[in-house]
This record gives sequence, C-alpha cells and structure tokens, in this order.
Amino acid sequence: MPVLKWIRYGAWAGVVLVSFVGAAILLGWWQVDGPGRSPAGRAAVQGVPAIGGPFTLVDQTGRTVTDADYRGKPLAVFFGFTHCPEVCPTTLVQMANLTGKIGAAADPLQILLITVDPERDTPEQLALYLQSFDPRVVGLTGSRQQVDAALAAYKAYAKKIPTENGYTMDHSASVYLMKADGGFRTMIDYHEDEASALEKVRMVLR
Amino acid sequence: MKRFAIGTAGVALSLAAYAPNPVRAHDYAVGPLKIGHPWARASPPSAKVGGGYLAIENTGPEPDRLVGGSTEGAARVEIHESSLADGIMRMRERTDGVAVPPGQTLEFKPGGLHLMLVDLKAPLKQGDKVKATLVFERAGTVAIELQVQGVGAPQPAATGHTRH
Ligand SMILES: [Cu+2]
Repeated sequence: MPVLKWIRYGAWAGVVLVSFVGAAILLGWWQVDGPGRSPAGRAAVQGVPAIGGPFTLVDQTGRTVTDADYRGKPLAVFFGFTHCPEVCPTTLVQMANLTGKIGAAADPLQILLITVDPERDTPEQLALYLQSFDPRVVGLTGSRQQVDAALAAYKAYAKKIPTENGYTMDHSASVYLMKADGGFRTMIDYHEDEASALEKVRMVLR
Repeated sequence: MKRFAIGTAGVALSLAAYAPNPVRAHDYAVGPLKIGHPWARASPPSAKVGGGYLAIENTGPEPDRLVGGSTEGAARVEIHESSLADGIMRMRERTDGVAVPPGQTLEFKPGGLHLMLVDLKAPLKQGDKVKATLVFERAGTVAIELQVQGVGAPQPAATGHTRH
C-alpha cells in the first residue's frame, strides 16, 4: 500500500524537522540567555553602558561633594535648571510622587538635581528653589567645567540657547537610576507612565 | 518684535472694563474665541519664571492668532513651546505667536505650548489669582485670570473644568 508508506515517510520527516527546530532553539537559548553566553553578551542583555562616574560639584549648602559621598545609596540623578517652569518642577514632583507611593522603602533613595546652568544657579539660588520640593532632594552646581564633567560622565546633553532677553537651556530630561555601588541601573524617560517608573525605582532600591 | 506685551500691561489692565464675558465659572470669551480654565503653576521662591496654561477654542469661521499677552504678575508674557526629542527637552519662544484655526481647540499644557511669565514680580502662590490679558490678531484683547495651582502640577485641579 504506497499510500501508507508515504504517510510513514511524512511522519518521520516531521519528527526530524521538530527535533531540528528544538535543537536550534535550545542552542540559541544556551548562547543568548543560558549558561553558554559570553560575559559581553551578558552585559548587553542587562544593558550596562558606562553611564555615571566621578564628579565633583557643590551642593545647595555650599559644600563640595563628589560621587563617592553618595556611595552606598541608590541615586536618582537628573539635569535641569531653575529658570525652567516646565521640566524641572514636573520631574521633582514626579519623583516625590513615586517615592511617596513606595513609602519608607524609598528612604534610601537620594535624589540629585544637577544644574546645567551654573552661571545662574548658585548654591543659594538652588537652596531657595528646592524649598518648594521634597527636602531630601540635593541640588548640585559648580564651575562650568565641573558641570560639564558631570554631564559627560552621564552621557547627558545640555546646550545654552540665546534668546532675545538672555538664554535658555536645552537639556536631557531623563532620570538616571544608579545603584548603591555607583553603577548604572536604568533610566526613566520624561513621558514614562507611572507604573513603569514605579517599577524602575523599586528595582534600583532592591 | 511682534510681542505686544511690553508696555501694554497698564493699558491691558485698564481694559478690565472690557468685560471678559464669563461663559462658565472660569472660562472667558472674546469674539468667537473661548478661553478655557487659565491656570498657572506655583513658582518656587527663587524662580524668575512661571508657566501659564489654558485652552483656546475658535468657534468662528475665521482663523485667528494669539500674538501676545501681559500680566500683573510678571514683567513679560511670552508664548513658548517645549518639545521632547531623543530624551532632550527644548523650549523655544514662538515669536510669531500661534495660530488658532477655525473649529479647533488649542491646548496649552505642561511640556508643550505655554505662556511663559518672565521676571516674576513675586512668587506665584497656590490659590492666587493672577490677572492677565491675551492679545489676538483678529479678536483683540481679552482679560483673564490665571488660577495658581501647586508647584509642578501636571494639570489644573478638576473643579469647574470641562474638556470638550
Ligand atoms: Cu517657557
């Protein structure tokens, strides 16, 4: 009966195909996610570009601080300036909402606002500005070179844009979440929804 | 220099007689334009600038254009637009003003179009009402009040606020 024979061949062909696909999937998993992946692959999977690094800046009380002063605490770092009615208050209030929702577990998180406009944002100016926000927020300024170095460490962008009556600043609007050991964890985008931002803050607190 | 703001503050304020025809509790109208719930964010003590927000609905058949404004609360009012691209926030003055096409509603809200109150005379405090005027190319001048909400408020408080 040739028909039966062909069905048998077809079945065997199917078995071979399924085994082959299964083996390929297993091999793929081994190399990308499994124990067989390379250290470089592991870093790429976890998304660890070299963001963050040493900085020396001046806080709103006039004290010189470095990144090492915050070692041991997870950080939420973002860039802004006080001549900004839009992004900076939004971000500060958003961070307060997130830490408020998490409660006491968020206490270790240190929020750092680094000004991109040190010419206008003196420590005194920052101190006055921050009176309107969560008292745990630290404002950082410094010389133009110190601020530029911090921007470079965080791969962040800021540019002075002249206007008719002075200038404004274009700047990165994301929040960098840094682990307690100083390593980069992840970023919260400006328009990120709350659930996702909350999850990220919880992640850096773990 | 298309901003009519500077120097017109006094004139504009005296135009209070030019009654703002309240449509609802906190809405205004001038010609075919309806101005919905103007509000501002409270400003931190050292801030020199503040953001003002509202909605402008053009119910008429003709296009109009918001070209300037003024306020008792600050030296100048500028029309600004913030925009986010590639994680970078940029803020620019709309020196030519902003068009209000017929049948459309223009929303001024945080992170987008806003009235920039420049050189605040005093910090804007939550609960304050700040007198201001808007100048339109066709419809003319309208007196409004900005209701001051919290610092960094994402949107106006819900009370008396209707979206179309
Ligand atoms: Cu602005």
